[in-house]
Amino acid sequence: MIGFLGLDVGSVSTNLVLLNEEGRVLKSVYLRTSGRPIAALQKGLRQLCGLLPAKTAIRGVGATGSGRHLAGIIAGADVVKNEITSHAAAAYRLVPGVRTVLEIGGQDSKIIIIRNGVVVDFAMNTVCAAGTGSFLDQQAARLNIKIEDFGKAALKSAAPVRIAGRCAVFAESDMIHKQQMGYDLPDILAGLCEALVRNYLNNVGKGKDISDPVVFQGGVAANQGMKAAFERALQTEVIIPPHFDVMGAVGAAMLARDYVSRGIPTKFKGFGAAETDFRAGSFECDGCPNLCEVVEIKEEGRVIARWGDRCGRWSIRVAREKIS
Amino acid sequence: MKVTFPHMGNLWICLEAMLEYLGVETVVPPPSTKKTLSLGSKHAPEFACMPLKLNLGNFMEASDLGADTILMAGGCGPCRFGYYAQVEYEILCDLGYRYSLVVMEPPERHISEFLARIRQITGNRSWLEVIRGIKFGYQKARAVDGLEMTAMRLRPREIDPGSTDAALSAALEEIAGARRPEDLPPAIGRAREIMGGVPVEDRPVIRVGLVGEIYTVLEPFANLEIEKKLGRLGVEVDRSIYLSEWINDHLFMGLIRGMRSSSLYKKSASPYLRHFVGGHGLETMGGAVYYNSLGYDGVIQILPFTCMPEIVAQSILPGFSRDTGMPVITLISDEQSGDAGLQTRIEAFVDLLAEKKRRKEWSA
Repeated sequence: MIGFLGLDVGSVSTNLVLLNEEGRVLKSVYLRTSGRPIAALQKGLRQLCGLLPAKTAIRGVGATGSGRHLAGIIAGADVVKNEITSHAAAAYRLVPGVRTVLEIGGQDSKIIIIRNGVVVDFAMNTVCAAGTGSFLDQQAARLNIKIEDFGKAALKSAAPVRIAGRCAVFAESDMIHKQQMGYDLPDILAGLCEALVRNYLNNVGKGKDISDPVVFQGGVAANQGMKAAFERALQTEVIIPPHFDVMGAVGAAMLARDYVSRGIPTKFKGFGAAETDFRAGSFECDGCPNLCEVVEIKEEGRVIARWGDRCGRWSIRVAREKIS
Repeated sequence: MKVTFPHMGNLWICLEAMLEYLGVETVVPPPSTKKTLSLGSKHAPEFACMPLKLNLGNFMEASDLGADTILMAGGCGPCRFGYYAQVEYEILCDLGYRYSLVVMEPPERHISEFLARIRQITGNRSWLEVIRGIKFGYQKARAVDGLEMTAMRLRPREIDPGSTDAALSAALEEIAGARRPEDLPPAIGRAREIMGGVPVEDRPVIRVGLVGEIYTVLEPFANLEIEKKLGRLGVEVDRSIYLSEWINDHLFMGLIRGMRSSSLYKKSASPYLRHFVGGHGLETMGGAVYYNSLGYDGVIQILPFTCMPEIVAQSILPGFSRDTGMPVITLISDEQSGDAGLQTRIEAFVDLLAEKKRRKEWSA
């Protein structure tokens, strides 16, 4: 069997998927990055290797997420793509006709506007991460409920409490205040979902033409309370696609499939990459007062990549991405 | 008297030339770096925009090199920049720096006002000499702009990544090194030769117009080298503001004819904005319309966080984009901005433009 691999190394989660030749998702792995992207990726590769159907040949690899360059170097990716393009690619192939993609991940949120299968506009959160997955995680932990139960609990609410959602820190103070006033937990949770949706639509979604069909993806889409809050705010049905939590990886794998279909051989290093010794280190360059922090990736003690320098003194030149 | 001035892209090349021609001792601040920004951010008001913080850092670093007089631009109008010279000066005084301050306000009525301020620095040189000095500086600005335009054309087409930027810095050194007006033409010749030596190939490129606030558009440190980043993604960039155009518009009051000037932007902005809104808000709006009329693939607006005039333009741009189908993205830079975030956004924007262009060519 021929398969395509998608790797999404994000700030909070690391996801891997295996697609078959038709682009169907066969296997997926969802792991916490826990601040150690190399270890998470290697663990993911090991797990995915164990799930592979017999005689699978990986013909293409795509990497995305904030750790995409790292993942690309370690696994040997054919395509290294930004999160927006990857998420859009997955959305319009899994949900044909989609016009709006809402995506909320661990530390970022984005909106992608698609018309006739082409991205025509997008935005990402800029100066604020209120309302992303990390904040929901933190609040669930503080309220002592499992993040998996957060959404279900919020759905029980009949009268959501209004919470100030402008800033994550103030949202928390406001929630504590509402708890101490004696409001019910489900009402507070539902209120928080509404506050986050409001914040998202006012910041990320500002000025964007949000129209049907609307897809909601990213880790936070698992939260039924958030889906319901979006539906109330937008007055429309919000679709949660299959594999919503690994859409970035799905998109990257699809882009890799497109890329190698032109007869380009894959650069995949094989699942052995999970056992190779990769080390990332950094040092401060003292060539000028800018003091760039240069990152160095070593494979078995040999430097295979460097980045982070402004002037190019250290970086090994990586072949430019040509526009096709 | 040792005169210093803030950095803004390659402005230093023409200011240094002008001042040294007139025999004024000059201290060029070290190039803006993270150190400059942290020095400035530490002592500047938090809510001021990044240019103020970088100016301040430049002056602090220049003082270590012996500068004692600041030559700074002023202005009047809704943009806070008009007051930055005074605010920066006050902060420096509070910190114990001993500077004197000369502010070049744009002439309100006649170019003679501007010349009078120049005399504060140049003392009793003859008017003819002063005018020759300004002309020398201005010619260097034109030369620098020409080289930068060439670099923006070469970058997406260079065969060896990074060769354009290496050539550009060598070429700029030639221009900066010309001491007398008569040295400049041969220096320009050598600089052009250097740029001509960059091996390129004919490739399809995407064309993007860069609009926005002048400082963030012109200063690579402030815009995280967006021109270079775009160039490496296969994008040919043009910017709405060049140094020499700005000098002609604001200091010479458009005396030199036949140049792209702000009146062009004023005219093209008129379907969307018909008022001066401070800073370069009007030029940003006009620039977007102008690039659309030239058939560019996309427009990128760049501004420092909290920049009021650009926020006005930013809120009008989505309507323009809806009317024309021209993709527009706004990037905001401040001392907190990260390189990774910018890279992700411009990569996605370039993907969007490439896909749109491909579809258009198919259907054509």
